[in-house]
Amino acid sequence: MTPDEIFQDRIDRGIKIEPKDYMPEGYRKTLIRQISQHAHSEIVGQLPEGNWITRAPSLRRKAILLAKVQDEAGHGLYLYSAAETLGVSRDQMIADLHSGKAKYSSIFNYPTLTWADIGAIGWLVDGAAIINQIALCRCSYGPYARAMVRICKEESFHQRQGYEILLTLCRGTKEQKAMAQDALNRWWWPSLMMFGPHDSESPHAEQSTKWKIKIVSNDGLRQKFVDQTVPQGEYLGLTFPDPKLKWNAVRGHYDFGEIDWQEFKNVIQGNGPCNRDRLRARIEAHEQGAWVREAAMAYAKKHENKAAA
Amino acid sequence: MNEWPLWEVFIRGQHGLAHQHAGSLHAPDAETALNNARDVYTRRNEGVSIWVVKSSDITASSPSEKGPLFEPAASKPYRHPTFYEVPDEVKHL
Ligand SMILES: [Fe+2]
Ligand SMILES: [Fe+2]
Repeated sequence: MTPDEIFQDRIDRGIKIEPKDYMPEGYRKTLIRQISQHAHSEIVGQLPEGNWITRAPSLRRKAILLAKVQDEAGHGLYLYSAAETLGVSRDQMIADLHSGKAKYSSIFNYPTLTWADIGAIGWLVDGAAIINQIALCRCSYGPYARAMVRICKEESFHQRQGYEILLTLCRGTKEQKAMAQDALNRWWWPSLMMFGPHDSESPHAEQSTKWKIKIVSNDGLRQKFVDQTVPQGEYLGLTFPDPKLKWNAVRGHYDFGEIDWQEFKNVIQGNGPCNRDRLRARIEAHEQGAWVREAAMAYAKKHENKAAA
Repeated sequence: MNEWPLWEVFIRGQHGLAHQHAGSLHAPDAETALNNARDVYTRRNEGVSIWVVKSSDITASSPSEKGPLFEPAASKPYRHPTFYEVPDEVKHL
């Protein structure tokens, strides 16, 4: 058997690939792209929610939101570290994000206009991320799969706190409920886009499935999300902004309308409502933190010299 | 006295799991440490991969710092899913 065949056989038998194992260049490249993109999404994903930390309506909500955003920073760290085991440096990944070469999830290019958006993000955006991440716990690359297990454990409160925010608003005044409805109207479709294009439209899907980098198809995950989420929204007494959304007893699933793929492409290409803002904020934070990184290094060097002397 | 350095041994018990600390041993260099770790810690199929790390390269938290390091997490129950009230009728949350 050739090295590639041995590699594939290992994957077929469900044995994880570890950093020092042989892997085809395509596998390494695909994983670096996917894991770093995932890491960037965790980091950029802090921005829309961070926008509301200072304006959370109570100390309780503020502490919760802080804890959640802090978790997302940790998720970014786990994922950057997993990508580094494949031979790419942290600096390179960050440079690729800042130059626009690397992407992050398009959902984070939408603005958080009201407090209800924080509820909608936890419920829908973290909800969609969890469905994706649970599947990835079984992916073939050991460091990525293990990072996913850890992340999934931490995510479990993210979705619940979002739902709780919306539940509170929906039990509140007419205006508060309208605010929750408005948030659902704006976040529903972008959340469905998080699962990516139809399987028939995603060029690398077949190879990624063979390598067990992709475990469940985009459409399969999206359907699961819709099936789980619609009853939750109905319990809130909210309406989904999709006239085609309907339970299909024959399929045993909800039918739903077509995503506006033109909007999806637009946002990915950099023309969403907040793309420029998000990148500017990331680059600024990185540049303004440069002196801290340098000072810490200088301090460490100084003490190293002292210890050696 | 010229004692061989101490090495900490980490073993991956099974494919897919992370390496876990198994114990330590003395050895003159990394290669010998690895070989000896294999002989000492994996005689009954305990592992599929070994790491050895010089003990002196490990920075550990001190037991006396346990309070300030770990107690603050105790007052943050909102980091756990059980903190949130979700009605019984609502599934998959
Ligand atoms: Fe996350
Ligand atoms: Fe999250």
